[in-house]
Amino acid sequence: MMSSGFSVFRVGISFVIMCSFYMPTVDSLLELSPQKYFSTLQPGKASLAYFCQADSPRTSVFLEELNEAVRPLQDYGISVAKVNCVKEEISRYCGKEKDLMKAYLFKGNILLREFPTDTLFDVNAIVAHVLFALLFNEVKYITNLEDLQNIENALKGKANIIFSYVRAIGIPEHRAVMEAAFVYGTTYQFVLTTEIALLESLGSEDVEYAHLYFFHCKLVLDLTQQCRRTLMEQPLTTLNIHLFIKTMKAPLLTEVAEDPQQVSTVHLQLGLPLVFIVSQQATYEADRRTAEWVAWRLLGKAGVLLLLRDSLEVNIPQHANVVFKRAEKGVPVEFLVLHDVDLIISHVEHNTHIEEIQEDEDDDMEGPDIDVQDDEVAETVFRDRKRKLPLELTVELTEETFNATVMASDSIVLFYAGWQAVSMAFLQSYVDVAVKLKGTSTMLLTRINCADWSDVCTKQNVTEFPIVKMYKKGENPVSYAGMLGTKDLLKFIQLNRISYPVNITSIQEAEEYLSGELYKDLISYSSVSVLGLFSPTMTTDGVRNRTCSRASSDPQQHRVTKWCTRWAHCVHCSLAATGDPEITVENLPSYFRLQKPLLILFSDGSINPQYKKAILTLVKQKYLDSLTPCWLNLKNTPVGRRILRAYFDPLPPLPVLVLVNLHSGGQVFAFPSDQAIIEENLVLWLKKLEAGLENHITILPAQEWKPPLPAYDFLSMMDAATSQHSTRKIPKCMKETDVQENDKEQHEDKSAVRKEPIETLRIKHWNRSNWFKEAEKSFRHDKEL
Amino acid sequence: MGLSAAAPLWGPPGLLLAIALHPALSVPPRRDYCVLGAGPAGLQMAYFLQRAGRDYEVFERAPRPGSFFTRYPRHRKLISINKRYTGKANAEFNLRHDWNSLLSHDPRLLFRHYSRAYFPDARDMVRYLGDFADTLGLRVQYNTTIAHVTLDKDRRAWNGHYFILTDQKGQMHQCSVLLVATGLSVPNQVDFPGSENVEGYESVSIDPEDFIGQNVLILGRGNSAFETAENILGVTNFIHMLSRSRVRLSWATHYVGDLRAINNGLLDTYQLKSLDGLLESDLRDLAILKDSKGKFHVTLKFFLEEASTNQSADAITLPQDDNDNFAMRVPYDRVIRCLGWNFDFSIFNKSLRLNSGNAFGKKYPLIRASYESKGSRGLFILGTASHSVDYRKSAGGFIHGFRYTVRAVHRLLEHRHHSVAWPATELPITQLTSSIVRRVNEASGLYQMFGVLADVILLKENAMAFEYLEEFPIQMLAQLETLTGRKARHGLFVINMEYGRNFSGPDKDVFFDDRSVGHTEDAWQSNFLHPVIYYYRYLPTEQEVRFRPAHWPLPRPTAIHHIVEDFLTDWTAPIGHILPLRRFLENCLDTDLRSFYAESCFLFALTRQKLPPFCQQGYLRMQGLVSTESLRQHRVESRLLRDDAPTGRDLEDSSQHPGDQELLGAPLAPGPLAQSLDSNKEEL
Repeated sequence: MMSSGFSVFRVGISFVIMCSFYMPTVDSLLELSPQKYFSTLQPGKASLAYFCQADSPRTSVFLEELNEAVRPLQDYGISVAKVNCVKEEISRYCGKEKDLMKAYLFKGNILLREFPTDTLFDVNAIVAHVLFALLFNEVKYITNLEDLQNIENALKGKANIIFSYVRAIGIPEHRAVMEAAFVYGTTYQFVLTTEIALLESLGSEDVEYAHLYFFHCKLVLDLTQQCRRTLMEQPLTTLNIHLFIKTMKAPLLTEVAEDPQQVSTVHLQLGLPLVFIVSQQATYEADRRTAEWVAWRLLGKAGVLLLLRDSLEVNIPQHANVVFKRAEKGVPVEFLVLHDVDLIISHVEHNTHIEEIQEDEDDDMEGPDIDVQDDEVAETVFRDRKRKLPLELTVELTEETFNATVMASDSIVLFYAGWQAVSMAFLQSYVDVAVKLKGTSTMLLTRINCADWSDVCTKQNVTEFPIVKMYKKGENPVSYAGMLGTKDLLKFIQLNRISYPVNITSIQEAEEYLSGELYKDLISYSSVSVLGLFSPTMTTDGVRNRTCSRASSDPQQHRVTKWCTRWAHCVHCSLAATGDPEITVENLPSYFRLQKPLLILFSDGSINPQYKKAILTLVKQKYLDSLTPCWLNLKNTPVGRRILRAYFDPLPPLPVLVLVNLHSGGQVFAFPSDQAIIEENLVLWLKKLEAGLENHITILPAQEWKPPLPAYDFLSMMDAATSQHSTRKIPKCMKETDVQENDKEQHEDKSAVRKEPIETLRIKHWNRSNWFKEAEKSFRHDKEL
Repeated sequence: MGLSAAAPLWGPPGLLLAIALHPALSVPPRRDYCVLGAGPAGLQMAYFLQRAGRDYEVFERAPRPGSFFTRYPRHRKLISINKRYTGKANAEFNLRHDWNSLLSHDPRLLFRHYSRAYFPDARDMVRYLGDFADTLGLRVQYNTTIAHVTLDKDRRAWNGHYFILTDQKGQMHQCSVLLVATGLSVPNQVDFPGSENVEGYESVSIDPEDFIGQNVLILGRGNSAFETAENILGVTNFIHMLSRSRVRLSWATHYVGDLRAINNGLLDTYQLKSLDGLLESDLRDLAILKDSKGKFHVTLKFFLEEASTNQSADAITLPQDDNDNFAMRVPYDRVIRCLGWNFDFSIFNKSLRLNSGNAFGKKYPLIRASYESKGSRGLFILGTASHSVDYRKSAGGFIHGFRYTVRAVHRLLEHRHHSVAWPATELPITQLTSSIVRRVNEASGLYQMFGVLADVILLKENAMAFEYLEEFPIQMLAQLETLTGRKARHGLFVINMEYGRNFSGPDKDVFFDDRSVGHTEDAWQSNFLHPVIYYYRYLPTEQEVRFRPAHWPLPRPTAIHHIVEDFLTDWTAPIGHILPLRRFLENCLDTDLRSFYAESCFLFALTRQKLPPFCQQGYLRMQGLVSTESLRQHRVESRLLRDDAPTGRDLEDSSQHPGDQELLGAPLAPGPLAQSLDSNKEEL
């Protein structure tokens, strides 16, 4: 796991450290004296020269790399030479000491730049730096968004921009960009940055990787408009950039009226499929719009053509509205019926197997690594492991102190396991609670690490982690069953300062309770008060038990003095009662339990009172009985934005009203954004929905949650080891000693090992990926040596 | 026996006469459980029976518990480790390195309170066992020698018969279940000519003064032989040690019954040419002759048989007569036999069919993997005598092993006779990884009784929950349902601890280069003791268990996982240990066992029809894990979460990154996931 991650760096480091002294065959690298060198310089021609002491060792890592750079640089018309500084000919380029030697780039006999040799650490760096210096005007290096915007504005309506982010100057990606710039620098404005922040401000994902965007600025006539951007999705290699630019150059949309089987465009040559949107005269305008839209989305992935059915000689199936032509030769075209633009996109994306044309040295992209953490809780806790928590605010219990402590004072105990990520994530919230309660609570906050004191935890009936229990004098411990977060736990602790249910004995007290006068300090923690009337003959025990168990599971229900027999109903009335059914991360589960479709108003900021009124009116008129109306404030719940992105593409203006049928079918319906959110429109829309006249905008995927990645298939590795001969060829699969020993044991073992067909369990996949890895690893290994 | 007389005690007077004929026989007291022997195993069983409130009695011939330890080991040093410090507080973990304590709920009854020595004195063991019996109030009948055990068929009895025990006074005891914990008490003697000249370990002098300037021959190569040698090494002329097969070093075999380093001084002096030496030969081919001066000569039985009966010892041919460089040509002053111990079969009536196993001679009685005698139902062998189950494999012959097998037997009995199912914890599937990690890191039973006792996880329907059973005898896996009262209908995991397959053996070099495995993908080649998890879709059958592949502790599973060996035996590394384990479990169960913050669950809840188990069992029950700000920050950095801050482009920009729509961790979305994973790697 470590080795693969470091390989890139290791290559770099080894050059510094190795300093190997073997003789390379320097034949193409010119070796000249200073005088001779300067005499060879031609006007307008670029030349890179490395000045070194004549008596210095003839070889160095740098010279080897320089030697390798000779050919690529010659391709760009740049000559390379090694200049030996001899005593008689003192040149100012000859440094004083051996290790101060530098390389110089001349254009004609003008010095353009000097490079310390360590910046030219390998052939990529040499080519990249030299081109970068030469293409000073063609490639603008910027560091902030403002620069980018200025360039963008300056070029609107004039030229397109190729913007790229590389992690550092001199690495292979940088070389690839420079090589592309050498070819296309006059056609497009190249812009380069190494600032992650700049890339992030463009909204890019995965900023650790090099990015290349094509800014379609030439089309933009309105200066206030932004240039469209297309991200190149392939890794940054010279070849990929070349292909990408070619597809950008191709017309966005072509109209054709011939047999799709015969049509060929530049896309096919580049290995990209073609998508024909079938159009008829009657719907030509709309089709063209759709096609354009599809074309933008598939830019760089497929060619999009508008196929005019009416003027077509060959027959295509009547219902087909999309024709898909693969890049592979001889594959017949597919006629498809796709009613949704997204379906076209996804069809293309799933059916394109662009052979990854990669240059060998850029081969650091690989499939997901099963040794890499993909559990967000584990990963974040791991990343946070070095931060020191103010743990001293909570009392750490041990076997010796546990009983005494929980007997002596009302205590909250967190049972956790030091090695468990979920426990450790929650411990942070727990400590936050301690910080908030510091000096104010009578409740003692304690914790016990069950990894150390497992007996104590077992005795307290704790078998899973994390668990929070409240120990109060004279009462059975109560398990906290709320959200594992600061807010809810704090509520739980505050509200538990009094015991439930509260016995109310007079009308005055009841009124005080309902108005919030009673337990004033707690009112901010509770949202619902429930008052129950009991005859003196009823036992309170039963009431309390059920209330307690419930109360602890939902802190909102703490001020409950009567148990609503139907929990769902209870929540519902509580929501209606508060009149503000905003869904949040914390409270969604209680809405979820109602098992009704959610009618969600997404709003960026607080909700417009008019909309609220309209919806409340509908609630009153019982239009919404079969639904759960609620709203989501993107300001409070930013993750809502991602939900919207899952529903819509492109995002409509906010607010937007959506009906999500979570529990049966997963359809999502959107209230038309061109209609005002007023009662009449809503009623009409709901009626249409009920009548099935509305089309859903999307269906939520119903996929099961499968293992995110395969596991190691040790069983077949073990099998492979027992059938020894086949394993011999697997590199490193066995250690030498093991092999020897195995030979001895083999005879005993053989009869016992059953050659069964290997069980399913994704084993085929496991094998393949392992083989792949193996091969790759050995390859890497060679490279490092 | 006249047991039939017991029942009609109050019958017609004519029968009274018959009863009178058996003078000792009044009403034989009946017990549900009788335990023979108040040694460690007997007391351990008594403890569990007492805790369960069962009707039991322990019979002990000596006046105090642990009488074996009052004399043995002769040189008084126990070679079981009393490790008082491990740097850990976990009591269960610490038992892994406490080889002397019995299991109890009382922390005062830990051996470390009885001795400070790493290799404690046997007297401390005697004191400890006495305290154990007294403090816990175990019912032990001391000074009671059970002289005879027989069977009485009775259809009403739990097992179709009662065990009738007769003590030295003729008093009888009737038992429904008989638990034999008498250990190995009969010195093993090999019959060969001249064996009468040999002193036994049990009686030889332990005073080195008695060996000054002597030539000593020791027969045997076990710990008692080396212990004896160790004691006199410095005063003898030389010690020769003779055994049938080569010495087995416990560090190479990973078997604590083999020669321990603490006793192996003789190996050192042998190899450093200090006159001592080891020889291999079968004792049964030899003879020992006593010459006129009282010295002993080794010769071949064959020569003795050739010679006529009345020849004087001095006249019998010696090997050196032909081979003048014969190794044992010097006369010995003493020959000491240290050949181990055998089970005492003598008190058991034939009807019990308590036979000796053939595999190890007459050393051990033949029993099943459930420790029940193959000959009679209801008769269990506990403790050292039960070692045939794992002889030379695990620790079942020693306190630190059989304290767990005794507990397993007790759990079997609880289910068989009292309908108490094998204890199990039922947990939601989200706790699966954690519960395994917890056990492999602290469980001492798994650690000591590796390959014999294993934890079993029984999956519930749809794999949304599971039951966790601890320390089940894995050779009985096929009979799990009947033995435990638990159902294994939906697949199961077995958690076992194992050494590497070719790592242990008397001739193995355990210090070879690259012996330790560090990479998770090579975990299956781990050599040192490490957890191995077997997954079965169905409970294996008896046939499958019996005809499992050679060197496999269990039948071939559907899938197997090795947690890579760990130098610190601490298997809690997030990437090295827990992650591969989770992937294995996920792939067996075909589900996603990752944990998610509430925010992610919220997103899934509104954008997908199904939720991962962690969200179902936590978030949807209002128990979601809310992330703190700093964790959230790490989440954004780790690329496992996209930042949701509005970018301002959302609304107008239609040419979105296609990855935007992919949800985090969409299992079928290798694209963006792969990238985010890749980016992680550089930092790890």
